[in-house]
Amino acid sequence: MSVTALTRLVEHGLVDRGTIGQGVVARAGERLAGTGADRLFPLRDQLRELLPWHGLRRGAIVAVASGTPGATSVLLALIAEPVRTGSWCGVVGVPALGTAAAAELGVDLGRLALVPDPGTEWATVTAALLDGLDIVVVQPSGPVGPQLARRLAARARQRGSVLVPYGEWDGADVVLRTTGQVWHGLGMGRGRLRSREVNVVSYGRGAAVRPRKAVVWLPAGDPAPTGPDPAAVVQGTAAVPLTLVADPAMDEAS
Amino acid sequence: MSRNSSSADATGSRVLMVWCPDWPVVAAAMSEGHPLTAPLAVLAGGTVLACSPRARRAGVHRGLRRREAQARCPQLIVVDHDPDRAARGFEPVVAAVEAVAPGVAVHRPGACAVAARGPAGYFGGERRAAERLVDQVADSCGVECQVGIADGVFAALHAARIGVVVEPGHSARFLADLDVAALERPELVDILRRLGIRTLGAFAGLPEADVLARFGADAAWAHRLARGLDHRPLAARTPPPDLEVTADLDPPAVRVDAAVFATRTLAEALHQRLAGHGLACTRLLIQACTEHGEEVVREWRHDGVLAAGDIADRVRWQLDGWLSGTFQGSGPVRRHAPKVIGGSGGSGLAHPGEARSGEKVAEGRPSAGIIRLRLVPKGVVAQGEIQLGLWGDAGKGRARAHRALSRVQGLLGPEAVRTAVPSGGRRPADAVRLVSWGDERIPDRPPDRPWPGGLPSPAPALVFGEPLPVMVYGPDAGAVAVTGRHTATAPLCRVAIAGDPAVEVTSWAGPWPVEERWWAPAESRRCARFQVCLADGRALLLTLAGGRWWVEAVYD
Repeated sequence: MSVTALTRLVEHGLVDRGTIGQGVVARAGERLAGTGADRLFPLRDQLRELLPWHGLRRGAIVAVASGTPGATSVLLALIAEPVRTGSWCGVVGVPALGTAAAAELGVDLGRLALVPDPGTEWATVTAALLDGLDIVVVQPSGPVGPQLARRLAARARQRGSVLVPYGEWDGADVVLRTTGQVWHGLGMGRGRLRSREVNVVSYGRGAAVRPRKAVVWLPAGDPAPTGPDPAAVVQGTAAVPLTLVADPAMDEAS
Repeated sequence: MSRNSSSADATGSRVLMVWCPDWPVVAAAMSEGHPLTAPLAVLAGGTVLACSPRARRAGVHRGLRRREAQARCPQLIVVDHDPDRAARGFEPVVAAVEAVAPGVAVHRPGACAVAARGPAGYFGGERRAAERLVDQVADSCGVECQVGIADGVFAALHAARIGVVVEPGHSARFLADLDVAALERPELVDILRRLGIRTLGAFAGLPEADVLARFGADAAWAHRLARGLDHRPLAARTPPPDLEVTADLDPPAVRVDAAVFATRTLAEALHQRLAGHGLACTRLLIQACTEHGEEVVREWRHDGVLAAGDIADRVRWQLDGWLSGTFQGSGPVRRHAPKVIGGSGGSGLAHPGEARSGEKVAEGRPSAGIIRLRLVPKGVVAQGEIQLGLWGDAGKGRARAHRALSRVQGLLGPEAVRTAVPSGGRRPADAVRLVSWGDERIPDRPPDRPWPGGLPSPAPALVFGEPLPVMVYGPDAGAVAVTGRHTATAPLCRVAIAGDPAVEVTSWAGPWPVEERWWAPAESRRCARFQVCLADGRALLLTLAGGRWWVEAVYD
């Protein structure tokens, strides 16, 4: 990184003067050590095929488009496996996040920090968290200028953290977007929500330029035994008819 | 040291025993607020353990059943025995004795011993030392006590019960007339009584070897006690170390950063003191006083060890909060602008209503500079009990994350960074408790209870703090309600969230009734819940409470 770029970061409050030296040293070390599999955070099986690196690559920006059904669960599923295996994660600006659902997906809540209301300081907070945490999820409270987006991306790359914007983000390496979800287990006046398939497409730039599709089962891929085979509905969309999934316990009883 | 010479045995250790009569009753009366003149009895396991003098006059005595004690003294106040309460209440007495004579050994709550030699030499005689101690305990704790001096703890305890000084070497003769029950070994006492041995003197007269052969080692030890040969050295307690540190600021600190600067050295001192005792602190009380006597006190919890820098951070947060009212929200970045304490300008004052729990804020804005800062470690654990990761890496990631999160806390205030703790409850919002980062992770309610009426898994991914209002329509566009028998009056057909156009319901289930805390009218909560799937793929958790429908959470 050039001296002028560093100076600019300092001016914008993204870097403490004291940490500049450490950052450069850390970066040099990372270049030597950070190759191969240790640059990847693990991912759960069904999400792995959506990313070109088959994991979460350090320094990457993996956006999750918000607003479509199932998006929050995909976001939680994305961070679940890394946090379960010892990484640290911060979530900035998602006040309604259901942490109980995160825990069900395997997130260790002790390593999940929440900044529900960063207000106008969200960019500073995100930059500060990228310094110390492995994965930072951020839902910007307003439009993100391309310059700010570039700056945060550079920060993530330098620190080897993964930035996961939840919403619109220019310059993301990969964007995950849900295109529909189907819940199983709920009938007309009976049953309860049991399992769900979410259709996710991923697109982006570089290695991810070719869109990929996958069906993700949430909660964790144990579709009910009589439900449709997940492999068979890969090309299916939200038009899959709603089926009542029989409860195995009920079958035994009858 | 040789213990063979019998003359040394007899006069080896003079023990001064301070004994408070009926201590369980005194402790119970003090903590429950009963006068000692009332008829009081402390019960353990259904029988009277101790009673007050007035109850005793009415015929109540130790070992009596509850019914019989109440029959003998109808106005008897009965209190259950609590060993912790008795021990806690005795602590001031021990401290009072310690102020006069060091090296106190607590025999049991209600009785403590010191070596008589020191105080006797200092106050000019054993009797004078005894008088001095009785006065001291009465003055500082308002508790009546008796003192006995004899050779050995056992004899001294019995001397204290009648308040006498047994001359050196006369312990065996003093004990000889006592009943064998004084040995406090019920089985042995029972056997001895049946053998016709009723006094300690008679028991002491038996050959030692025969007692050992017939009754065992414990009885042999009791035999030695009865002969007045009690050599147990006093297990003097070490007074708990005084860990709090105080800094007097002169001139008074009128700016937050000046106070924080003073805290740094104070925090270092506290840290050194704790490390010197091999301790670490998980809860810290920070107290700041101004010249005009206002003070702000808050207890800070921490799930790891509070380092000197952490302590300084917390002092800054606390003082900032005192000045600006609240930490919440996106206030201006405060750390760049040092605030002036006192004077008329500056930010608004802390309203008492806004103070968080555990924080006492003086009424109004501090009107003068801070003159005293006090750090009191509350939760103190041995340093070894805080385990770091076995491999350096685990601790490293944690330390890095803590640094980053502390920076954000410095930016937005300590309560802006939260972490979730699994908790118990029936509402989705109750399933976790959000605590400030760095605080102890304690759930509101135990999560491992069954919580009947709670929601089944999977949990919703979006949980609203404020539920959204929603309109729910039946087949003929009429409203849907729930009957007293918990059935919906019509199937759910369309749902319109917060004024949006109505969306078709593809499937639904419910109502699932929840009735919480119906016994406490102010906190009671009654609602019925539905899960619905909409045509656009969304799945919602709807709540019907008080005739109105709400979206409580979204299975997003």
